[in-house]
Amino acid sequence: MSIAATQKRGFGAVLWDYLTTVDHKKIGILYLIGGGFFFLLGGLEALFIRIQLLVPENDFISAGLYNEMFTMHGTTMIFLAVMPLLLGLMNYIMPLQIGARDVAFPFLNSLGFWLFLFGGLLLNCSWFLGGAPDAGWTAYTPLSLQSPGHGIDFYVMGLQLSGAGTLIGGINFLVTIVTMRAPGMTYMRMPLFTWTTFVTSVLILFAFPALTVNLFLLMFDRMFGSAFFDVALGGNTVIWQHLFWIFGHPEVYILILPAFGVFSEVFPTFSKKRLFGYTAMVFATILIAFLGFMVWAHHMFTVGLGPVANSIFAIATMAIAVPTGIKIFNWLATMWGGSITINSSMLWALAFIPTFTIGGMTGVMLASAVADYQYHDTYFVVAHFHYVMVGGTVFGIFAALHYWWPKMFGRILHEGMGKFTFWTFFIGFHLTFFIQHFLGLMGMPRRYWVFLEDQGLDTGNLVSSIGAFLMAIAVIVFLINIIYTAAKGTKAPADPWDGRALEWAISSPPPYYNFKQTPLVRGLDPLWIEKMEGKGKVTPAEPVDDIHMPNSSFVPFIMTFGFFVASFGFIYQVDHSAWLIAVYVGMGIALGAMAYRSLKDDHGHHVTKEELEREAD
Amino acid sequence: MKDWMGKSKAIFLLGSLALILAGCGQENLSALIPKGYGAETSMDLIILSTIIMTFVFIVVILVFVIVLSRFRKKKGQENYIPKQVEGSKTLETVWTVIPIVLVIILAVPTVTATFDLADETGSEDGLNIEVTGNQYWWHFNYEGQEIQTSQDMYIPVGEKVHLNMMASDVIHSFWVPALSGKMDANPENENSMYIEAHEEGVYWGKCAELCGPSHSLMDFKVIAVSPEEFDQWVEDMQNVDPEAEPEDAVAQDGKAAFEENSCMGCHAIGSSPAQVGPNLTSFGDRSKIAGILEPTKENLVDWLMDPESIKPGNQMTGNYDITEEEANSIAEYLMQLQPSEITPESAGD
Repeated sequence: MSIAATQKRGFGAVLWDYLTTVDHKKIGILYLIGGGFFFLLGGLEALFIRIQLLVPENDFISAGLYNEMFTMHGTTMIFLAVMPLLLGLMNYIMPLQIGARDVAFPFLNSLGFWLFLFGGLLLNCSWFLGGAPDAGWTAYTPLSLQSPGHGIDFYVMGLQLSGAGTLIGGINFLVTIVTMRAPGMTYMRMPLFTWTTFVTSVLILFAFPALTVNLFLLMFDRMFGSAFFDVALGGNTVIWQHLFWIFGHPEVYILILPAFGVFSEVFPTFSKKRLFGYTAMVFATILIAFLGFMVWAHHMFTVGLGPVANSIFAIATMAIAVPTGIKIFNWLATMWGGSITINSSMLWALAFIPTFTIGGMTGVMLASAVADYQYHDTYFVVAHFHYVMVGGTVFGIFAALHYWWPKMFGRILHEGMGKFTFWTFFIGFHLTFFIQHFLGLMGMPRRYWVFLEDQGLDTGNLVSSIGAFLMAIAVIVFLINIIYTAAKGTKAPADPWDGRALEWAISSPPPYYNFKQTPLVRGLDPLWIEKMEGKGKVTPAEPVDDIHMPNSSFVPFIMTFGFFVASFGFIYQVDHSAWLIAVYVGMGIALGAMAYRSLKDDHGHHVTKEELEREAD
Repeated sequence: MKDWMGKSKAIFLLGSLALILAGCGQENLSALIPKGYGAETSMDLIILSTIIMTFVFIVVILVFVIVLSRFRKKKGQENYIPKQVEGSKTLETVWTVIPIVLVIILAVPTVTATFDLADETGSEDGLNIEVTGNQYWWHFNYEGQEIQTSQDMYIPVGEKVHLNMMASDVIHSFWVPALSGKMDANPENENSMYIEAHEEGVYWGKCAELCGPSHSLMDFKVIAVSPEEFDQWVEDMQNVDPEAEPEDAVAQDGKAAFEENSCMGCHAIGSSPAQVGPNLTSFGDRSKIAGILEPTKENLVDWLMDPESIKPGNQMTGNYDITEEEANSIAEYLMQLQPSEITPESAGD
């Protein structure tokens, strides 16, 4: 493949390119498209929920369908929207920030994406095949065991597939960061986004196996007659909750840490100052991650673990406020004394500070076990986790998209529409969720299909639903912005924001081999250092030479397709053993693809020195 | 003029008071208007943590506003490069230590309260009620008293009542916000908590753990009455004769129809414990039908004819086949099951 291939090609060629790509940048974009698609789907489900709760005793959707709606809303947003969007950003940006030409395992990177996508599609197939999962995104046993139909089976298989994809992605990032940093890029010179990618990957590495195991246990219980969770046969239903939250609590840090990383890039850039307290920020990140593993049982204060366990987990949870507080104040100190530019990216970052502070504070309030006996499983909790997940992560994703869009697509998103999106979303968000704190304490448990009249819950729910529509409008305008920008947006230079990290040192969008010459890193904010010394270009660490690049491959797609087919077999073999054929065929395809991959030598290809020089400047 | 000012002030005051009260939710339902020991303990912590958190929030916002008003890029500053500050040990120590102190201030009362509410002393001599969560109703067994009820739980005001909880099918969570925080009812192990009401009243209870389609309709009541009334209620309940014939003909037909359709296979009247469905001993006294409907005969007939349309996924649907006429007489019979003079009205409802 030569560089000339970037000329205009037909739709089929582009599609084939994306189906077979192993380029981390293209895979990053695929993640953004996939995650964006599921984000819209999850948002639609959220709107259905809020329409149902617009007025008391509404009959817009039935009880069963409502349970499916919020189950799929939660599952979709966590696993299929927010996490993939973050993985997309990491995929695209992290290798650029460390001066690498790709991730350590490009083939696996592609495999990870397809597993996520097929897992998500499998999960959503349930809507058309007899009903979606309906036991909440947490799928607590025994409700999830008892749930009729195949909804929960789709949940198990879908999450298993996409979870495997995430695990592969996490390991890949870890190895990439450990082994592929440019010369001079010591750990303590890595940009914060790379740091959070690194720590997030460690979390993925340790948290996801717990989910995998848990899903297997549920799969065996539901599909093969085992009794891990069946109390009548000596099982234990609370085990599910422990395993789920041993995964599930780190998961919320998997979702928030990358957003912290984004803000740690955005604040310095638009304040023209280096990040205040870099070292403290790094250690705070690590500490948050560590504590994230120690506090899972705070989701279970009302399960009956007893006062000793409740006290320990309460205090451990409160402790997380300390490193998080350090971060908030360091961001403020980064801006202090700076020269602040407010554009749409910075607006999201600025709005994050008060919003996330509220979310973090309600987190500490929830940690107070006895107070939690009142908050637990109510709208207070719903409000809390939307404040951190939306006010933290989704704000972070929006900030990141506005910030890195020029780098990724070569065009700058429209500022006016960007600001409109921000203000509408911001107001809609607070309208929706602030009032839910009070709804919860006023006696509204979460996952309620209807609320009765004359319980003092009407006004709050109405306001909340109106806010949801504002957020929907904001997202629609954002989509229009994307289309407008693609058609008529301003072309972006290599470094539109006067950036500090390495990704701004190469053209927008970058060539497929990223850096013609691996850069030499001489300190934190390498590009900024060079700019301050008047060079404006990063010093190369090597002469121009042939670049070794991996070959594209269709094998990951085929392999994943095999697992996808086998999943249907696993789900339906309960009804009729003929479905076992699908298991064998699907696993055959997957194993065949693995064998092909193992037996075929693929040495990749080289971009020659001559080509690079022809391309030069 | 002055008078008018005074009036408008009064109206303003009353208005804002009403707003604040409305903001706290419905009395006897809201956790923000605590009327029991557990709820008050929780409320104290809620208030303490809110104060601490508001303080933190104000500090953050203060710095935030100063930063935004003072350090925006100004015209003519396009080429201005601010000083690149690495960090500050002193400042960072300050904002590490202060949160630690705040966390300790919150942690100590939290731990104290956690152990306080888990204290089981007195449960051996006191009133113990075995609570069972079912899809989608609650069963109450007054231990050692030979009393079985469902949906309405009577307790004496000002007394620690120990609740021992389990679930018969999936996990439920017992929550009476105005009296106490919640506790899960698990299928495999018994959880204990106690509640203590400080005032008489009918307190609204809810199931807080997702338990199926009708999760949001699994409401129940805790009725706190004076100790004398409670004793009276206990006595009345213990003297129920499940075989007693109703006085009027329609209700007699209803009783016959009730037995004929083997309603007794699932339900019970009196103190026999094992049931699939709610115990109906004091059905006529209940504050709601099926936890959510006003206790009228029409509503009961609707419920009997088509429970699925009212509580989707309930266990009663499809287990019997009765005519409208039978439903009518059964309703008449059930509404007459009023063994005690102590009713929700006694609690001032």
